[in-house]
Amino acid sequence: MISQHTDSTGTYASVHFKSRAHDKLNDAKVQRAMRNFNLAAARSRAVAEVDNFEDLRTAAAAIRDRSLADLDVWLERFEREATRRGTKVHWAETHDDINRIVIEIAKAASVRKVIKSKSMVSEESHLNAALEGAGMQVVETDLGEYIIQLAGETPSHIIAPAIHKTRDDVADLFHEHHKTPRKQSISELTMEARKFLREHFLSADMGISGSNFLIAETGSTFIVTNEGNGRMTTTMPRVHVAITGIEKVVPTLEDVSALMRVLARSATGQSISNYISVNTGPKQPGDADGPEEMHVIIVDAGRSQLIGSDMQEALRCIRCGACMNHCPVYQNIGGHAYGWVYPGPIGSVLTPNYIGLQNALDLPNAATLCNQCGVVCPVRIPLPDLMRKLREKQVDRGLRPKSERFALKMWAWAAARPGIYSLFTRIAARVGKSMGGSGGLIHKLPGGGAGWTQDRDMPAPGGKTFRELYANRPSKGGGGR
Amino acid sequence: MSLERSVERPLRQPRTGRLRSIMLTPYRGTLPEMKVGLFVTCLVDLMRPRIGFAALELLESAGCEVIVPGTQTCCGQPGYNSGDRAAAQALARKVLREFDACDYVVVPSGSCSGMIKAHYPELLADDPADKAALDRLTGKTYELTDFLVNVVKLDKVPGRFSGTVTYHDSCSGLREMGVKRQPRELLAKVPGLQLKEMTTPEYCCGFGGTFSVKFGDISARIAERKCEDIAGTGADAVVLGDLGCMLNIQGRLRRLGNTTTRVLHVAEVLAGVKDD
Repeated sequence: MISQHTDSTGTYASVHFKSRAHDKLNDAKVQRAMRNFNLAAARSRAVAEVDNFEDLRTAAAAIRDRSLADLDVWLERFEREATRRGTKVHWAETHDDINRIVIEIAKAASVRKVIKSKSMVSEESHLNAALEGAGMQVVETDLGEYIIQLAGETPSHIIAPAIHKTRDDVADLFHEHHKTPRKQSISELTMEARKFLREHFLSADMGISGSNFLIAETGSTFIVTNEGNGRMTTTMPRVHVAITGIEKVVPTLEDVSALMRVLARSATGQSISNYISVNTGPKQPGDADGPEEMHVIIVDAGRSQLIGSDMQEALRCIRCGACMNHCPVYQNIGGHAYGWVYPGPIGSVLTPNYIGLQNALDLPNAATLCNQCGVVCPVRIPLPDLMRKLREKQVDRGLRPKSERFALKMWAWAAARPGIYSLFTRIAARVGKSMGGSGGLIHKLPGGGAGWTQDRDMPAPGGKTFRELYANRPSKGGGGR
Repeated sequence: MSLERSVERPLRQPRTGRLRSIMLTPYRGTLPEMKVGLFVTCLVDLMRPRIGFAALELLESAGCEVIVPGTQTCCGQPGYNSGDRAAAQALARKVLREFDACDYVVVPSGSCSGMIKAHYPELLADDPADKAALDRLTGKTYELTDFLVNVVKLDKVPGRFSGTVTYHDSCSGLREMGVKRQPRELLAKVPGLQLKEMTTPEYCCGFGGTFSVKFGDISARIAERKCEDIAGTGADAVVLGDLGCMLNIQGRLRRLGNTTTRVLHVAEVLAGVKDD
């Protein structure tokens, strides 16, 4: 399917990470929006309010590991409990299965209009396009998602999907699509969105949501939102469909409450989100509201391959976005540069695993390995280690460019031979010094080094290596053997 | 050549009992026979030998007997982070052998010491034959400022500096080696030096090893945020503990037209800044 994640030849956009990132670095609007983006500060305040946040992270990681260790058991338990309470559970092995199942449900219930609460899994399968192709109207109801739907774009962040947009962008979009006078203030814009969305909530036949967690012991879905749109989406239309990955199941409600202690703090710096919706089956006799039908679609689409592999820790992810909020790369290029659904450090791990190593070669390499992501991750995913393992897989499968492989081989060969290495470094120190000239700065490096000097000088070496100088240093009593 | 002789001497096990007693005793002068291996690092060797000499001077001024194994080249990190595990393993084993005779290994870099301490165990996990030497090595490897503060408990530093500096926390030093307080404590002992903190001193400078050449534009843009933060402090110099960050920050500052803010390794400042 052609989408913003692939071109007409089926090539993934993530293949073009380098040029996409370059474009974003030179896009003044994106740069302005990204400069204003600072959820990291909010997290740091919220974490400081808890005296044992590190212990909470450890507990949260352990809960996720326990779920993943017996994933089949918890999923079957969930299916049993959910089914017992009237929910229909569907299993989607592929992205196409998701779209097919949703369309089947919609057709059976004569659905014409669909409203959606945030669902990143539905972004993986391009569900909106599939539903529109089947003749339905689809409206995103999360404010950020609504904005980018009007703009015809994909989310650039997993919890703040329109973070790359400025207020002016939104004012223009609303003016154009709502055919209303152009608004200036954020509160006016929000009220306008609210008014337009209200109509959709009242007239939709089907509500589609994600599910932050699936609770095995009760068969419930669990949704965290701040705008209340999630609650409207899951309770007002006749049919509710929740779509989520197989890895989102956790054994008990108590487990979820422990995870909730880290989720909102890590995501937005809130102690808890404004809304938490636990949905357990369709409307029962005596219930004031709720859907007539409730469906849960549990999605594999690459996830089960990670179970038992050296990548399993990535499945702990609870989609808070803290890793991208703290990533120096993400903060400067934004989410669209990554080219697929999940940006930032977790995206650089998940994308190659879900769409193929060869379709996202740059992603695991486009990181400084500063480990700011690893130290904030609420479930302690060792993101830099996973990126490094993906780099190893690229080397093992011969996916790195020839020039890079040759350079690495030369380096490794020389570094293991001190005599030869010393000769090379002596030459390099001298050549480098002469390149640096009187200012001691190299303005243009040849070959692979050109990437360095494109926007930066290289301070030149001094002309002699430490080893030569040390060998010739005047002897001092005691030291210097 | 005299350099090579040091590693050819018979190997000696570290006498941990004696060392522990030294570590628990406040430093009061010369530490007899505390044999410290200086891991110079490949970048210092090639780019800034004066940092190696500054480290040497600091260790000797603290009374350590310093050994500089002459066969040392690189810790293997470029290979490790580029996915070439075999190359990294070969160099890790080389480091294991080269420093086995030392009581301590001190590195003027958070990144290279972090490679040894935080990553060698995973890198060499496949071969149990390395286990004993590996445990010895990781147990005795220190980043320079950490060693000066926590092992030899350096009281006075030789250097002087007149002006304001700001300290950049390099990522590996901070997050792998726990280096945060140590350089600041030492800088506070330098007469004439005033420390002014950046807004986000722990923010990555954008170096990232081969990342800096593979993704030069992103790397330089991250460095620019760091440069703005440095400029905001009005400091005369930015001081740091890793040569990678140093080259990156200095390179970006100069390209942006800043010719005055000095970029100095913490060892140079502590030992006394010398011009090239």
